[in-house]
Amino acid sequence: MTDPTPKIRIRGLKKAFGPKVVLDGVDLDVMGGTSFVVIGGSGTGKSVLLRCILGLITPDAGSIEIDGVDVTTLTPRQREPYMARIGMLFQNGALFDSLSVWENVTFGLTAAARMGHGPRLTRAQSRARAGELLEQVGMDPAVGALSPAELSGGMQKRVGLARAIAARPEILFFDEPTTGLDPIMGAVIDGLIADCVRKLGSTAIAITHDMASAQRIGDRVGMLYEGRLIWQGLPSTLFDSGNPVVDQFTHGRREGPIKVDVGK
Amino acid sequence: MRFRFDVGGLPRYGRDRLGRACCVVGPLSLCAGGRVNGILDFVAGLGRAVLDMVRMAGKVALFGAVALSHVVRPPFYWRTLWGSLVEIGYFSLPVVALTALFSGGVIALQSYTGFAQYHAQNAIAGIVILAVTRELGPVLAGLMVAGRVGAAMSAEIGTMRVTDQIDALTTLSTNPMKYLVTPRLVAGTLALPFLVLIADILGVLGGFTVCVMKLDFSASAYIAATIASLKVMDVTVGLVKAAIFGFLITLMGCYHGYHSRGGAEGVGAATTAAVVAASILLLTFDYLLTDVFFSQ
Repeated sequence: MTDPTPKIRIRGLKKAFGPKVVLDGVDLDVMGGTSFVVIGGSGTGKSVLLRCILGLITPDAGSIEIDGVDVTTLTPRQREPYMARIGMLFQNGALFDSLSVWENVTFGLTAAARMGHGPRLTRAQSRARAGELLEQVGMDPAVGALSPAELSGGMQKRVGLARAIAARPEILFFDEPTTGLDPIMGAVIDGLIADCVRKLGSTAIAITHDMASAQRIGDRVGMLYEGRLIWQGLPSTLFDSGNPVVDQFTHGRREGPIKVDVGK
Repeated sequence: MRFRFDVGGLPRYGRDRLGRACCVVGPLSLCAGGRVNGILDFVAGLGRAVLDMVRMAGKVALFGAVALSHVVRPPFYWRTLWGSLVEIGYFSLPVVALTALFSGGVIALQSYTGFAQYHAQNAIAGIVILAVTRELGPVLAGLMVAGRVGAAMSAEIGTMRVTDQIDALTTLSTNPMKYLVTPRLVAGTLALPFLVLIADILGVLGGFTVCVMKLDFSASAYIAATIASLKVMDVTVGLVKAAIFGFLITLMGCYHGYHSRGGAEGVGAATTAAVVAASILLLTFDYLLTDVFFSQ
């Protein structure tokens, strides 16, 4: 049974970059322990929405509540406890080039210990923990000794996932988790994400424009268009939403209400 | 957007008043025989450049102040600091050493060419040590480090910025300024005096080698003259200059890298900007510090 209060509640979120309005009053509720997938075309503000929730971008207006606390009003220091409860998988993995794979995986654990939010681990303990996490995402612990540059795109995504779940976060964000991967590897990553979210009992928000990925990951799906979430529903209704914008997007039709600027 | 008005029919005082108004409201061009037009464009461009420079100076100062404020606030990243110290202090040694060695030799050769005409060769040892400790050591070591370390630092942090690694640090409860910038600033400030001390010794050695091996000076007389001309103040000021140069070089590298945008091209532009800005600042501060310490 889930808590009736949404884990994440967004109201009237607005963000513009100069004259370009990216988010124009986004409202969203994500219940605890569920996964919400945001779909939308390129440049519609999906990543901006995620970065606003993470505090990487300051919104122009609106509120973002996590467990009932509006995090947009908090100072960076006050946000630290919330950040310690969040894990994020970036689009390209965003692994630190200067560190080995196992150091990447346990980076968040070490950082949390420094801030007093977790136990201090020796390097040997950290390495062993990294091995366990790599196994959880289907990788050989021996990969931990490699540098991120030695890994393929799919492996980097898995390492990024291991890093994101290392601190057993209450909230997980996924930024286009299957972009750049072949369909089989995309399905593998989606399966790992769904497994991790279920085992940890985390609340998850993923953004993607891969319909198959949205259906595999999400408990609910919403479409961002012209700065607003214009439709929300179950993944099973994604291809039969009744909304002409969503239908055009999910079926990949050229004709419809979405006008694509092809630079003519 | 650019508007053009034909104001040729207005009396001259009217054209001038309109021209002044245009300076305030924006980039309007007046077609009064091209006179007002050209002057306005020039003044507007100059004003924009000055405003950009002032804005940039403010941003850099704020960036440096925030980074320095983390020096006294835990947590401290000792491994990053040590890594930066090794990168700046140890791996820059060969290039700085070679530069200093040859520069000391060149100073000795050039001084000999001039001083021999007045039979003042005895002053060469003093000239070499004065030039090396006061100027050549800090400035040449600084420029070499700016080219090597400033560029590398800017490229590394810039790549981290455009590949979301800096955002990833934030999501992993790590302050990017504290983790990436502060240790590099501290390392630059500490490592450059060490490099300059080595450069001072090798610069003098370069002069000694040229004078003794090529110009047939007496080794003992050259050493005695060098010791007699050696002043603690010169060396100390050189080291103070080096510390300030080290701070400026790493500040420029970190600042431009941290604010790079737009993929590989943006990182390249940031790297160039870091080296150019560090070199100009270094020479500017060299003059200012020389004026403070040595002007009578």
